Amino acid sequence: MVQRRDSLAQALRDPKELAHASLADWDRLVPQARRAGLLGRLAHLIDRSIGLDAVPDRVRSHLLSARILAEKRRREVVFEIDRLVELLQDVLGRVILLKGAAYVVTDLPPAAGRIFNDIDILVPKDQLATVEAMLSLGGWRLGEIDPYDEEYYRRWMHQIPPLVNSARNSAIDVHHTLVPTTARVALDARILLEGVIAVQGKPHLAVLSPPDMVLHSAVHLFSEGEFERGLRDLDDLDLLFRHFGEGGSFWEPLLERARALDLDRPLYYALRYASEVLGTPIPSEVVAEMEARRPPRTTLALMDAAFRRAFRSPHPDSRDSLTGPALAMLYVRSHYLRMPLHLLVPHLLRKATRSTAVDPAVP
Amino acid sequence: MQSREFYLRTGPFLTHLTTSSPRLLEALPALYDARCFVERPEFCDFHVSVGSPALRRWIRPKIEFLFEGAPIFTPSPIDHAVPVFESGLNWAISTTINQYLIIHAAAVERGGRAMIIPGLSGSGKSTLCAGLAFRGWRLLSDELTLIAPATIELLALARPINLKNESIEVVRRLSPGIVFSRPAEDTLKGTVSLAKPPEDSIARMDERARPRWIVFPTFEKGSATKLSARPRAETFVELAANAINYGVLGDVGFNTLAEVVTQSRCFELAYGDLEDAVRLLTELSESA
Repeated sequence: MVQRRDSLAQALRDPKELAHASLADWDRLVPQARRAGLLGRLAHLIDRSIGLDAVPDRVRSHLLSARILAEKRRREVVFEIDRLVELLQDVLGRVILLKGAAYVVTDLPPAAGRIFNDIDILVPKDQLATVEAMLSLGGWRLGEIDPYDEEYYRRWMHQIPPLVNSARNSAIDVHHTLVPTTARVALDARILLEGVIAVQGKPHLAVLSPPDMVLHSAVHLFSEGEFERGLRDLDDLDLLFRHFGEGGSFWEPLLERARALDLDRPLYYALRYASEVLGTPIPSEVVAEMEARRPPRTTLALMDAAFRRAFRSPHPDSRDSLTGPALAMLYVRSHYLRMPLHLLVPHLLRKATRSTAVDPAVP
Repeated sequence: MQSREFYLRTGPFLTHLTTSSPRLLEALPALYDARCFVERPEFCDFHVSVGSPALRRWIRPKIEFLFEGAPIFTPSPIDHAVPVFESGLNWAISTTINQYLIIHAAAVERGGRAMIIPGLSGSGKSTLCAGLAFRGWRLLSDELTLIAPATIELLALARPINLKNESIEVVRRLSPGIVFSRPAEDTLKGTVSLAKPPEDSIARMDERARPRWIVFPTFEKGSATKLSARPRAETFVELAANAINYGVLGDVGFNTLAEVVTQSRCFELAYGDLEDAVRLLTELSESA
């Protein structure tokens, strides 16, 4: 049997092998998958390979439960997207969806069995105030947020603070670009907006082009500070690479786009860890080209040590003695990527001195 | 502190509990029947632990509930370990289980027919449930009613009954043999003590039951006992609001609940005296 710590990644890679899993194997796997937000995804993969009937009864009911929950989240997302279109179509013409919501409306593989945290939309910066006002009419307002955090979002981030619908508790992240305005990599949002593509049969919706969608997912994941859902996000990337990669003319535009937007680094990491952890097939010429863009050896050694731990389930069985330091390092790194040092130090000091509430885990 | 592991069978679920809490270690063998403790199963539905977070072991010690390694609630005073475990387990069931419709309600059974008792905190739901359970009805559950959509049958959990404040004394007076956990004081709901279910309820925890009555209780000191019919449509709406995973189940939730309400006689019950209320409901069960 595989190393216990990596059994979830192994199951995602090769669900067929689960036909031979013992009850004791499932006893370790189900909690790991649930903690990683991947139990619904796993149920879908099993359904499509060996079939859910091949799973012991007691285990199957957990897989079915997770699938029912994922299906509910999907219905909610579809419902909320309709509300967004109603509210915003007059001001924006079309609503540009990012991440999970985009996967759902275009029926991409990561939509299957996925648990959503919120809906992300991309809005031209000069329309932000109008959009925020319209969303407020629809019930989406700022959640409880301390004035410092609000100021931090509005001044430095690539999105405004999350808006929460008071009636339904659904949350929307309104982005005006893909990376924080202070980030080392500046990104002209207009280039992204020009590249969006319409969603077939849904004239008021648009999503990023395949290369941009992948780059956004990568830049988001590899500048992230928290990895509770890290493996889930890496699995999204794996599925996108596999899906778009089959289409033929995907890799070349992707590599060009990464260069043009100065996003080589996140793309390199995405390919490296997706193939390492989840076995993503990548054409050899792409690997060769990206190797030329790799980070310095010492940086990479450090990143390997950190990300290999971050891309495991947050379940205690998946952790080792270095998981804590690795995650702490990635947390500081995420802030360092977002802000220059003279802004970062006071910010982290403030975060450290403020008591943090317990974050209730989401199953 | 030494931690110990337990494997608990409660109705359809197997729970793996790790705990170092003296309060919980003391309460477990009292509240749970010997047949609820099983040999380590190969697969458990829930892996939970109740213990003190590393930093809270010595300075102002607190207790926390972990589900699959993650804290669910903010830490509580160590004396609250027993109610923390019980509500943690309720949380685990109601957030992960969707093969059953789960209603926040008590349920008891007599002659194969079940009575569902929904109610907010303070409605006298748990007290009424305990009253019935210690007067000849079989306890299915005092907090979570599980209904199988395919057969419209209720499942039993047969877990300890959660009693608060004055109701602890009221239930104690029902019978001298009832086993209670040491009261946890100053919880969010006041003083809480758990009562071990009657023998018969545990022995028959695998037996399912058909829904027959839905009773919404209201407890009021000094109130006369009064049972009045309630429209089905209204009952449906209110039960849906109490069904934890009603929205998650979608069509299945709607159809299951509609079937439950259709098969049931619906009432509201005002009561001030527990024995009186129990007598009235028992008469009801004998008449139809």
